[in-house]
Amino acid sequence: MNIINFDLYKNLLKEKSGLILSEDKSYLIESRLTPVAKKWNYDTLDAMTSALQGVPDPKLIEDIVEAMTTNETSFFRDTRPFDIFRDTVLKYMKNNRGSKRLRIWCAAASSGQEPYTLAIILKELAAEFPGWSFEIIGTDISKDILAQAEKGSYSQFEVQRGMPITLLMKYFTQVEDRWEINSEIKSMIKYQPFNLLDSMASLGKFDIVFCRNVLIYFDQETKGDVLNRIKNQLESDGFLFLGGAETVIGLTDAFKVVPDKRGLYALTAGPHFGEGSTLSSQALA
Amino acid sequence: MKSCLVVDDSRVVRKVARRIVEDLGFSCDEAENGQEAYDFCSGNMPDAILLDWNMPVMSGIEFLEKLRAMDNGNSPKVVFCTTENDMSHIQRALQAGANEYIMKPFDSEIIQSKFTQIGLLSLSE
Repeated sequence: MNIINFDLYKNLLKEKSGLILSEDKSYLIESRLTPVAKKWNYDTLDAMTSALQGVPDPKLIEDIVEAMTTNETSFFRDTRPFDIFRDTVLKYMKNNRGSKRLRIWCAAASSGQEPYTLAIILKELAAEFPGWSFEIIGTDISKDILAQAEKGSYSQFEVQRGMPITLLMKYFTQVEDRWEINSEIKSMIKYQPFNLLDSMASLGKFDIVFCRNVLIYFDQETKGDVLNRIKNQLESDGFLFLGGAETVIGLTDAFKVVPDKRGLYALTAGPHFGEGSTLSSQALA
Repeated sequence: MKSCLVVDDSRVVRKVARRIVEDLGFSCDEAENGQEAYDFCSGNMPDAILLDWNMPVMSGIEFLEKLRAMDNGNSPKVVFCTTENDMSHIQRALQAGANEYIMKPFDSEIIQSKFTQIGLLSLSE
């Protein structure tokens, strides 16, 4: 791939999705876009690239952005954030919320593993939350990947990455060589396509936001912007989860680190957690 | 160092599994069938057992039932690792006292994730 063409894709992705394509990732253009070129009946990737220099079909651009922004995921990915979700965040909500109603946003739902993991955790804890209702919204920039998420059908390989066998037996059904998540879990989640660069107002307010392993693909300015807008969608004592390689530090003053809970953030203007906090000892285990 | 007994009648599978569990920091012993595994456990109970289902002499499920009836036989964490991938086999394994279940083919990431879930490995920070 020559420099001019690389820049064409780089600029396109930055503009449409915020994704920063660094040169060491240029190999992704060939591996991920060759199938797109084929789908659009171009003989080669170069032929599609030429077409992009004219007035391309917006649907083609959508396909390119989708193909380039789809990322790997797994059930209970990284394990720890889900322990913190269960043992710290849910416990806090239980002790401090009168409304018995939680809205959770998975901002990069991908093929559904993260929202389904959360739904399964909530289902497992149902006895401890009598009368509570939970709403999980899963969004992703890619419509194709959301269609997969909605279907909730996974290969043997995918379900073995992170899903404990007892939960697999409890919440999935084997359909030939695939494993399908049961409707009681599926019905807990609403999926909708959403670009993090767009206005978030229509999504409403959330108590907990998972935005893991997305910001790493953005430049500093975009990271700060996305975080500041997530702030507006979060209840004053809400929580934000970021990925292990991500942080708010140096990007925004809107969020603060929750001490000793890696990947967990709270609003700077919200309750005080950690040392000296009346909340910390009892409400934040 | 924690110990892991790999029970499989295929030398190739044992070799692959050995490399993975050793990379995860376990010492590794091997047995070719359930009977060999049973004899091994009578003298030296391992921390973990990676267990095939279909083997000559004594199958994995038969071994597991005998193991759980032994003195101290509840202490090893047993992870089935088999091509049997239907729900009835999995259910039967869990009833017999298996802690986890891997459907072949497997890779190191799957073994690591299963071992972590059942407390054989601690979470890396």
